[in-house]
Parts: sequence; C-alpha cells; structure tokens
Amino acid sequence: MGEFCMPSLGADMDEGTLLEWLVAPGDPVRRGDIVAVIDTEKSDIEVEVFEDGVIGELLVEVGTTVPVGTPLARIEGATDAGRRSAPTSPPVPAPQPVAPAEGPPRGVATTARTAGRVLSPIVRHLADERHVDLHHLAGTGPGGVITRRDVEGAPRSGPGGVAAPLEHRPTRATPADGRTRSSPYARRLAAEREVSLTAVVGSGPGGAVLAADVPAAAPVDRDAGMRDAIARAMARSKRDIPHYYLQTTVDLGVALDWLRTRNEACPVVERVLPAVLLLKATASAAAEHPALNGWWEDGHRPSSDVHLGVAIALRGGGLVAPGIDGADQMSLTELMTALRDLTGRARAGRVRQREWTGPTITVTNLGDLGVDAVWGVIRPPQLAMVGFGAVHDEVLAVDGAPAVRPVVVASLAADHRTSDGIEGAALLSRIAALLQDPDALDRPHPHPTGGATP
Amino acid sequence: MTALTESDARDLIAKVLADIAPEVDLDGARPDGQLQEELGLDSMDFLNLMIGIHDETGLTVPERDYPALSTLDGAIAYLAERTA
Repeated sequence: MGEFCMPSLGADMDEGTLLEWLVAPGDPVRRGDIVAVIDTEKSDIEVEVFEDGVIGELLVEVGTTVPVGTPLARIEGATDAGRRSAPTSPPVPAPQPVAPAEGPPRGVATTARTAGRVLSPIVRHLADERHVDLHHLAGTGPGGVITRRDVEGAPRSGPGGVAAPLEHRPTRATPADGRTRSSPYARRLAAEREVSLTAVVGSGPGGAVLAADVPAAAPVDRDAGMRDAIARAMARSKRDIPHYYLQTTVDLGVALDWLRTRNEACPVVERVLPAVLLLKATASAAAEHPALNGWWEDGHRPSSDVHLGVAIALRGGGLVAPGIDGADQMSLTELMTALRDLTGRARAGRVRQREWTGPTITVTNLGDLGVDAVWGVIRPPQLAMVGFGAVHDEVLAVDGAPAVRPVVVASLAADHRTSDGIEGAALLSRIAALLQDPDALDRPHPHPTGGATP
Repeated sequence: MTALTESDARDLIAKVLADIAPEVDLDGARPDGQLQEELGLDSMDFLNLMIGIHDETGLTVPERDYPALSTLDGAIAYLAERTA
C-alpha cells in the first residue's frame, strides 16, 4: 500500500490546492502517469504518481488546500520500493527514470482545468462590461481558456443559454420545486466559492450537483501570487547564490543563412525560429558542462541529462520557466515543436510536474524586446542561466576586414560554488562554436551512455 | 483563394490573433506602429499569426516578406494584395 502525496513543486511551496482528480478509485496507474492537477501561485501543474498500483481511496476532495506531503490518495498494490510519492523539494534529479514510460498521459485532456479560466485581465474586463457570466462560458482558446471572442459571442449575463460545447450535457439540477439537488459537500463548496447552485450543471443522479461540478473558485489573484513567487525565488537566488557573469558576441551569419534556406523550403507550420538554434546550442553545450548543469541542494548535484528551462513571459505579466527534457538530443524541428507546445500550455496556465521541477539550466531570451543583452538571475536550485539579447547587425572583423554580420550577445550567469569563470567561458565558447555548424546542430544526438560526456 | 478586402483582411488578422493572444486589442494598436510592439507579440506569436493566416486563407507568407507585415496597415495591404 502506498500513498500519493501533495508534491513539492518548488523550493518555496508549503501547500497546494487540489484542483482536479484525473483518476478514480480502481484505476490502475503506472509510475509517471498524471493523476491530478495542483494549483500553485504561478501555474496549474499536472502531477504524476511515482509508483505502479491501483488508485484506492481518494483522501482529499477537489478544492482543498493541504500542506506538502499530505496524502492525497491511497495506492493499492504498490511496492514499498516504489514509495516515493512526494519528492522532496525541489526535484530529485538523479537517477532519471530510464526510458520514462511516457505514453499519452491517462485521463488528461477533456476536463482541462484551464477550461473556463480567463487568463487575460482585458477579457475579464470585457466580460464585466458586457455582463457576461464567465462561470458559464466555454473557452475556445488554448487549453479551453476563455478568449475575447468567447466573451463577445456570449449572451449577456445569466447562466442559461450558453451552448457549451460539451460532449455530453447533463441536465441542470433545477427540479420543479426550484430547489437544486446537490450533495452537501457541493453545497458547502458552492457557498465558499460564492457560486449559485442553480446555475451549475450537475453530473450526479437526476442532475444533482456534485462537488466536482461546482466551478472552482475564481482563481485567486494569480497576478499577486505570481509576483510573490518571483520575488521569493529571486531574492533567494541573490541571497544564496554567488553569481558571476560572462558575455560573448556570437556571429549568427552562417546559422541564419542556413535557417533562411531551410525555412524557405518547408511549409509554414514547419518553420523554425532562430531562438530554437540558440536553445539547441545551449542544451548541447550544457550536456558537456555538468558543473553548470544540475542543481545545488546541500552541495553540487550535477546532471548528465539536460532539461532545458525556457523563460516564458506570460501575457498580462509574470514569468514562468518550465523545461524541455532532453533538449540536447532533439533535432531543431523536434525542439521547435516542443517549444511551441510548452509555450502554449505555459501561457494557458497549465504545465506538467516534470516540466515544472525538472530544469537543470535555463535560457532567457529577450531578443524580441530589442535589448542587446540580458544578465540572468539564476533560478534556485539551478546552477546557471544563459541569456540572449536581440539579433542585430554589427560590424565585425572577419578575416581581417570589417564585415556587417548578424550577431547576438550570449551571456552567462553562473553559480560560483560549482564553477569558475574558466568553465563558464568554455560553455559560452562552445555555444558560439555550435552555432557555426547548424547542420550538426540539427542532428538529434543519441544520449551518451554512462553520463556526462567530457 | 478568396480575395480579401482590406476590411476582410483586418477581420482575419483580428480573428487569428484572438486565438493566439486573446487579450490583444487591435483597435487600440496604432495602424502604422510595429505590430509586435503594439500588441506585445513575440516571434512565436508572429509565426503563429502566419500559420493562422495560412490555415484560414491558404496563403503562405514567405519569411522574406515578413517586413511587409510588420505593421497592421502593412499586413492588411499585403493580404488584400496577395489574395486579389
């Protein structure tokens, strides 16, 4: 018998709110399956189970906030060896599961918690103006997020009438006596969340409203929570991590010519952004420099795998940096696909646990904002952050003569506890060198056996 | 490919952008300002805009034409011209 516990999804997380169960008692689960969604200040996280077994009793109801480590469900038939349900904060880096049996995560999908969430203050404002009740609007944006168009197309105010594109539309629990049938817990939840039960579509017998039907509380002010979370993490970083900084100017002439030719020849959906070349070069270089790739947790914990964090600015403010596992082994096309997918989900406010807690090094790319360079603040417990400014033309000395070339300033902020400037310089030089050979950069690299390559 | 009037082209851009960046307010953007700056779009958003335009109209905008679409006015004119 094992337990699935509230995981720690970051060094500063003390408690979490269960937003959704993606499994029910009796469902078989395998290590790595996504079983629930947890609300944190910065994003909703799809969390996974760390053992094989069968889901037993669910111990915590949706909407409940519990401390990290609280058992959320029993897992029957789990072996004791597999009892690692609550990884201590932050992630346990090594050993990575060999051949993680990913597969399509069970049960994810249709009931996305972002469904019905409004991420944009502007959309929220518009809904207010138009008296549109957001609780009863089906979102058509990424992850079911409510978009401006959804609001514009919605009937004014009022629970009824919105044709939510649900696969099955259970009956509304408003019998003739006008009293809504509901479970006591659902009634209590609705009261807490200030939701009118008459407006809720019930999925229970006879359309009775169950707890799971009650729309989750309007997300707590995530903007404020986000700011707090960033403040804590960055203050901790500057307090605990002795940063050192390096920069180098990288000639992108060859890489961008190569990319232009490549993109000309392929359909628009297969185009690769220049940023992907920078990410791939960083990931490949990081794989060769474990002093800069990994974590600091009571000492240096280098990683032989590269899980590349990508700083993603959220619309309406804030920042998240989930990661792409094995970015160093992907082709550029694969990495582009992964980046597009991750960006979309991060902005929709829902990512996976492994993406959230896994990164071993992070890239921040402020090129779109036109700045020359960025000096990163390392995300604890990571060891380094690589930054890129805007690609711009500069006069360089090429073969002894001045030439105008597209360049980017690559910077490194690194933890002096695990590396010295000489190693940081080697990482940046390697990134620059890799960007001179885009064909090689595009080749997926088989993962070296036996850990980090020298 | 259906010919787009300038008004159609604007509506198309608004429709595609509503999916990419639900909060953008096309009406609040200066028509001759840099589209990405006006609307807070990054290069991934811009590429997604090109993909959306392709999905809606069948029109493939080559990368070398991106500068022509860097303002809202420019993008509208480009779409109207290329679908004519």
